[in-house]
Amino acid sequence: MSKFKKKKKGLPAISTASLPDIVFMLLFFFMVTTTMRETDMVILKPVLPTASEVKKLEMKSLVSTIYVGKSKDSRISGDKIQVNDKIIDAKDVPSFIFAERALRSEDEVKYMTTSIKADKGASVGTILDIKEQLRDINALKISFSTTKGSNIKANY
Amino acid sequence: MARRENSEINAGSMADIAFLLLIFFLVTTTMDVDSGISRKLPEKTDETPQVIIKEKNVLDIVVNRKNQLLIENEFVQVTDIKRLAMNFVDNGGGESTAIDGKPAAPCDYCNGAKDPASSDHPTKAIISLQSDRGTSYGMYVSIQNEIEGAYNELRNKLALKKYKRSYKDLLDDYKNSGLESLKVKIDFLKDSYPQIISEPEPIK
Repeated sequence: MSKFKKKKKGLPAISTASLPDIVFMLLFFFMVTTTMRETDMVILKPVLPTASEVKKLEMKSLVSTIYVGKSKDSRISGDKIQVNDKIIDAKDVPSFIFAERALRSEDEVKYMTTSIKADKGASVGTILDIKEQLRDINALKISFSTTKGSNIKANY
Repeated sequence: MARRENSEINAGSMADIAFLLLIFFLVTTTMDVDSGISRKLPEKTDETPQVIIKEKNVLDIVVNRKNQLLIENEFVQVTDIKRLAMNFVDNGGGESTAIDGKPAAPCDYCNGAKDPASSDHPTKAIISLQSDRGTSYGMYVSIQNEIEGAYNELRNKLALKKYKRSYKDLLDDYKNSGLESLKVKIDFLKDSYPQIISEPEPIK
């Protein structure tokens, strides 16, 4: 009878041997999907408008991004334009595009797209100024960056 | 005789190292896909060719600094743009222009009201978007989105009628396969309903 009493009760410990494998799997997933943050925002992060008829931007290496938004200092009003890590004027946009073009080979230039990431509260005047500058230097492909969604009412 | 034993490497800390890396990538990762409404700006030319456009072939959209909309002098909401733009483009009340040896012909794929006071042909219909410098960008994008939506729906209708496939399917298939026959179809749809959007100088 004592034989039976000796049986230990309680669950056996869960084996953690496969834990590294699981973690590695997650690790590889994030390593593959990750894109390093390239620019630090000098202006307030723009709240993008919502749109339903969006197209994905192909070939990320050929996209140059222009940010438009409010200054971090709330005392400064008006829209600020940021490229790379600095705030510029609309008239300096061409030199930014030329610098971007210089980094790519000649036959890639015609596929280059300018993505405008502007805050939904920004004024159209600023955007049209940028567009005019881009037209001047024949950078004709642009994309108004938006988040995909159907709630367009939230834009205005 | 000292026997050297091959002791196994302790792999217990492997998980910790992996966790550390994992947390690093978790923090630095940004998963945003850049998507947006793409537009092609008109080229700048020195001499502006004088083109005579009939008033009825232009759909005037005006938006002021209070984000209020006026289409053909009527006060409307953003949600109305798509319907109005579709009615306007798809009207087909007249004939197309004769280009590349093709004679002028009435629109044989339009489903519009054929109203003689509205646009003649989808290839002639121009949407003009006049904005104010003070209009908010969100409003501007919404209008662009609605116009884009109108054209997409018209192309989609034609695609379903002609090819029994949706326009989006055709685009997706072309992106995946790159078949020339699909490109011909897509170009045909785009040429049937070309996006002609004019943006005059903003109101100061």
